[in-house]
Amino acid sequence: MADVCAHGLSIAYEGVDRRVDALDGLALSVADGEPVAIIGPSGCGKSTLLLAIAGLVAPDSGELLVGGTPVTGPRLHTALILQDFGLLPWKTVAHNAGLGLEIRHVAAAERSARVAEALDRVGLAEFANAYPAELSGGMRQRLALARALALDAHLLLMDEPLSALDALTREDLQGLLLDIWRQRGHTSILVTHSIEEAIFLGRRVVVLTPRPGRVAAIVENPEMGDPGFRDTPAFYERCAELRRLLAAEGALESVQSEAPHGEASAS
Amino acid sequence: MRHLRNRLLGYVGATVLLLAGWQLLAWLVGSQALPGPVPAMEAFGRTFSGDLLPEVLVSGWRVVVSMLLGSVLAVPLGLVIGRSPRVDAVAAPLIFLTYPVPKIVFLPVLLVLFGIGSLPKIALITLIVFFQILVTARDAARAIPAGSVLSVRSLGADRAQVFRHVVVPAALPDVFTALRISTGTAIAVLFFSESIAGTDGIGFYIIDAWGRIAYNDMFAGIIAMAVLGVVLYELLELAEARVCRWARVSR
Ligand SMILES: Nc1ncnc2c1ncn2[C@@H]1O[C@H](COP(=O)(O)OP(=O)(O)O)[C@@H](O)[C@H]1O
Ligand SMILES: [Mg+2]
Repeated sequence: MADVCAHGLSIAYEGVDRRVDALDGLALSVADGEPVAIIGPSGCGKSTLLLAIAGLVAPDSGELLVGGTPVTGPRLHTALILQDFGLLPWKTVAHNAGLGLEIRHVAAAERSARVAEALDRVGLAEFANAYPAELSGGMRQRLALARALALDAHLLLMDEPLSALDALTREDLQGLLLDIWRQRGHTSILVTHSIEEAIFLGRRVVVLTPRPGRVAAIVENPEMGDPGFRDTPAFYERCAELRRLLAAEGALESVQSEAPHGEASAS
Repeated sequence: MRHLRNRLLGYVGATVLLLAGWQLLAWLVGSQALPGPVPAMEAFGRTFSGDLLPEVLVSGWRVVVSMLLGSVLAVPLGLVIGRSPRVDAVAAPLIFLTYPVPKIVFLPVLLVLFGIGSLPKIALITLIVFFQILVTARDAARAIPAGSVLSVRSLGADRAQVFRHVVVPAALPDVFTALRISTGTAIAVLFFSESIAGTDGIGFYIIDAWGRIAYNDMFAGIIAMAVLGVVLYELLELAEARVCRWARVSR
């Protein structure tokens, strides 16, 4: 079980000269096997939320459970994929993919079998001995995904994983993420700043308020994962709905004039 | 292989250029104190298999031991300082206070403490290399992207594993660069300390030949010093190519 449950979650950073409240009383629950997308204004605490769920940042107050137990540190079956992919340039593709297994002292033979399978799944089998610098952006992202697959992650946390990629590669990888989720049925929490990506990959889309982050709204998106959903009117309508919600949260300052509610304000 | 051939060709070309420049300068100056490359190389060939070789070995040993010792002490310490804000709070002011002090001024103290053998020379070069590598290792450890550390920690890595998988490999290229830069300093300090006090080493040989007005021999010693520097530099290149293979890929 890899359900996530947060209650009254507050996290503040001690900045150089002042305290920064990143999250303030956030409540969110994600069911086991559910794909959720999180979207919100820049700096509202999305990365902080993922780091907390990954066990890398301790909450100041509130409750945070994964699989029913409080998060106290990194968990065996949680994988985190960062925007810059979190790859180590000094390790080969195979070594990067197997790093989680190595750190968890999985025996070498099992490690290489699982790495080979994961690299195969993301189409990087031929590049096992290359270094990340020899890969394209899309391939690096596939490698980050392979690391999570090798770990057999039940909970996949992704922080704007595709934002550095060009549009075509991004769409290709969105398809791969969807395929892998359909195949494995893991719990998936995707932070994104792309409205289309959120609707394509989130069965529920959580909209956060500006900092300190709280849940502003949740968009139910039951058709997510249906074949051809991306080309249906329902998809566009859902995107428009999400865009309206974001504008109301002041996340779309530069397109304020298009927002139906003119009161969207910067903070 | 092609890489190696290009490199050798580069060295040959550079040597020819240097010798030509040297010859030109010798003609222009026209002094006994600056013999041309031909008599100097002759003297080098003659003395190298004779009384110069033991001095080269002594000097080489001193500088290699010092650089190894300096880095073995400085790299771990610098990395720990760079990664721990609490240790850094104490260590950084100490480094800032002591780094700009020219360590060479301690040579008289070291001579009094350790006599005129190898020990004061090794101590002085070690001290200088230590500080250069310490500062580099600290800066390199501080510059490591947070994402690299976070991603490895998210995989469950403890402090030691973060060092092994992230901090050490990330800092190594910078450490090698600092080491290569230090070879120049190390050899200069070696020359200085051997020529000030002592009875052996290339530095002593050069100053001794100078005293005997044996300018060709003196230049044989100078050539030996230069060769020692090139050999050290190339050894570091080789070691880096082995240890930091990935860094070549991204260039
Ligand atoms: N390590 C940190 N130290 C101090 N402040 C931080 C740190 N990390 C994030 N913050 C601040 O916390 C807030 C939330 O950051 P983050 O979670 O990265 O937002 P998001 O991912 O939604 O853009 C921001 O205002 C950011 O400046
Ligand atoms: Mg972020």
